[in-house]
Amino acid sequence: MEKQHKKLISRTGNALFDIVTYVILTVLGFITLYPMWYILIVSVSSAQHINLGDISFWPRGLNFEAYKIVFENEKIWRAYANTILYTVSGTALQVILTAMCAYPLSRPDFYGRRILSIFTTLTMFISGGMIPLYLVIMNLHMINTIWAIILPPAISTYNMIVMRTSFQAIPHSLAESAYLDGANDIQIFAKIILPLSKAILATMTLFYAVAHWNSFFPAMLYLNDQAKYPVQVLMRDIIISGDMTGDTGDVTGSLNIVATNYKYAVIIISMIPILFVYPFLQKHFTKGVLLGAVKG
Amino acid sequence: MSGKLFKAKAGKTSLTNTENDATMPEIRKTSRIKLLNKNKYLYALIALPVVYYIIFHYAPMYGIIVSFKDYNIVKGIMGSPWAGFKWYEKFLADPYFWKVVRNTFLLSLYNIAWGFPFPIIIALLLNEVRNRKFKKAIQSVTYLPHFISTVVVCGMLVSVLSSDGLVNNIIAGLGGERIQFLMYPEYFRTIYIISEVWQKAGWTSIIYLAALTGIDSSILDAATIDGANRMQRIRHVTLPAITPTIATLLIMDLGKMMNLGYEKVLLLYNGSTMETADIIATYVYRRGILQNSFSYATAVGLFQTVVGVVLLVMANQISKKLSETSLW
Repeated sequence: MEKQHKKLISRTGNALFDIVTYVILTVLGFITLYPMWYILIVSVSSAQHINLGDISFWPRGLNFEAYKIVFENEKIWRAYANTILYTVSGTALQVILTAMCAYPLSRPDFYGRRILSIFTTLTMFISGGMIPLYLVIMNLHMINTIWAIILPPAISTYNMIVMRTSFQAIPHSLAESAYLDGANDIQIFAKIILPLSKAILATMTLFYAVAHWNSFFPAMLYLNDQAKYPVQVLMRDIIISGDMTGDTGDVTGSLNIVATNYKYAVIIISMIPILFVYPFLQKHFTKGVLLGAVKG
Repeated sequence: MSGKLFKAKAGKTSLTNTENDATMPEIRKTSRIKLLNKNKYLYALIALPVVYYIIFHYAPMYGIIVSFKDYNIVKGIMGSPWAGFKWYEKFLADPYFWKVVRNTFLLSLYNIAWGFPFPIIIALLLNEVRNRKFKKAIQSVTYLPHFISTVVVCGMLVSVLSSDGLVNNIIAGLGGERIQFLMYPEYFRTIYIISEVWQKAGWTSIIYLAALTGIDSSILDAATIDGANRMQRIRHVTLPAITPTIATLLIMDLGKMMNLGYEKVLLLYNGSTMETADIIATYVYRRGILQNSFSYATAVGLFQTVVGVVLLVMANQISKKLSETSLW
C-alpha cells in the first residue's frame, strides 16, 4: 500500500517536472524568436498601425510598400553586390590559404613543423592591436580597397588548427602509396587530401562565409567610399544612424510607410540569406564546435 | 570551446617530431638538406600562409614600436623620432583612461555573472526532454541568434527600445512613462548583457549538451534504483559530471575578459552613455582612428594586449591545476 503511494507521488512528481521543463523551454524559445518575428510583422504592417503601436502577434493592415521601396533603392542593391563580392572572394581565399597552411603542419614528417606550429599558434594570443594593423594596411595602400577587407582575416588560426586535426585523421599510407606512383606533395594535397576532406572544407566555407557576411567593423574602419560599403555598414547608417536617403532622395516620401517599416524591411532582407542556409549552418557549425571535443 | 577541445589542441601542438629531435645531433648538413629537399613541395604550399602571417600578424607586432615614438604619418615608422615612455606615462596619468579600464572590467564581469549560468540551465533542461522533435525545435530556435550580425542585433535593440518601440509601447500600455533607454548610462550595461544572453546562451549550451551526453547512463540508472528523483539526479549525478566543463569554461571566460565584444558597444553607445559604455577598445578606436593619435592609441592597445595575455596565462594555470585541462 505504502509502496504504491510512493510510486504515485514519484509519478506525479515526474509529470510536474516534465511540465515545468517544457514550459520553461517554450518560454525561452518564444523570447528568442519573438523579437525577430516582431521585426517581420511590423515591416509588413501599415503605417497607421505602427504609429498606434497596436501590433503584437500578427501583421496589421498588410502593407509591402516598404519592401518595394527597399528594392528600388540602388544603394542597397550595390551594398548587397559588394557583400556578395567580399564574401565569395574572401571565403575562397580563406579556405584555400587555410588548407595550404594546415596540410604541411598535419604531416608528421614535415621538417620544421614544430617551429611553424609555434609561429602560427602564437598569433592567437599576441597581436599588434587595432592601430598597428591599421598602419600596416595604410602603408600597403590598401585603404578603401577590397584587399583591406579580404586579406587581413585570410587565415583564422583556430580554423586552421581544426582543419589540421582533420587532415591528421587521414592515413599517411595513402600519401606513401601515391609517392610510389611518382606523385609529389602538392599533387597528393590536391588530388587525395582535399577530395577526402569535403566535409571539413564545407564546414570551413560556412564558418568563413557567415563571418564575412556579418562582418562590419573592418569595412567601417578601412572603407571610406560609400559605393564600396557592404550591407552591414549601410545597415548601420540606415537603422542606427537613421539615414533615410536613397540615390533619388528621401525614401520615406511615400505616405503609406513610416521609417520603421523601411528599417525593419532592411533588417529582414539582410537576414534572408542566413535564414536560407540556416539548416546547413546548424548542422555544420554544431559539428565544427564539437570537432575538437570528440577527438580529445 | 570545451576543455577537451583545448587538451586536444595542446596535444597536437606539442606533438612535434620527437623522433627527429632525438636523432638531431647525428644529422649532418647533408641530411638536413635532404630533409629540406624532400619536403620542398610542402614548403611551397606553406610559403604563402607564412607570408600572410608575417604581413598581417608579425608586422603589426613590430608596429607596436610606434607607441615609443612620436609617430608622424609623413615620416613613417622608421623616420619618426623616439619618445621613450611618454605615451605610457600620459595614459597612466589620465583619470579617463582608468575609467575606461573600470568600465571594461565591470561590463565583462557583469556579462559573465549574468550570462554564464544560462547555457548550463538550457542544456540541463534540454537534456531532460525526451520528445526529440520538441528538443530539436528548441535547439534550432535558440541557436539562431548566433548567426545574426551584430549590426542587426543592435538595430533591433535601437528600434525595440526607441520611444515608440515595442518595450515602450508595453510600458505605456501598463500605464508607465516612456523611457529613452539608450540615452541613460545606468541602462547601458543591462541592455548590453541582455542582448548578449539573448544572442549567445543557446549556442553556448551546445558544449554542455555534449558533455551531458557523455555521462554514463548506468550511473543514472543506479541513482534511480536507489530512489533518487529527477531533481536529485540532476543535483547529485548530472551536475557533478559536467562540473569540470563548467569550471574550465568559467576560468577561460574570465581569462578572456579583456577581449570584450566592442562592436556592439561601438554601435550602441553615444555621447550621453559614455560614462558607463566606453571601454578600452572603443577608446583606442576613437583616439587612434578618429583623432589620429596613433602613438597614444597603440600604447593603450598594448596595455590591453598585455593585461589580456596575463589574465589568460593565469586562467590557464588555474584550469590546469583544477581540472587538468589547458589551452597549451
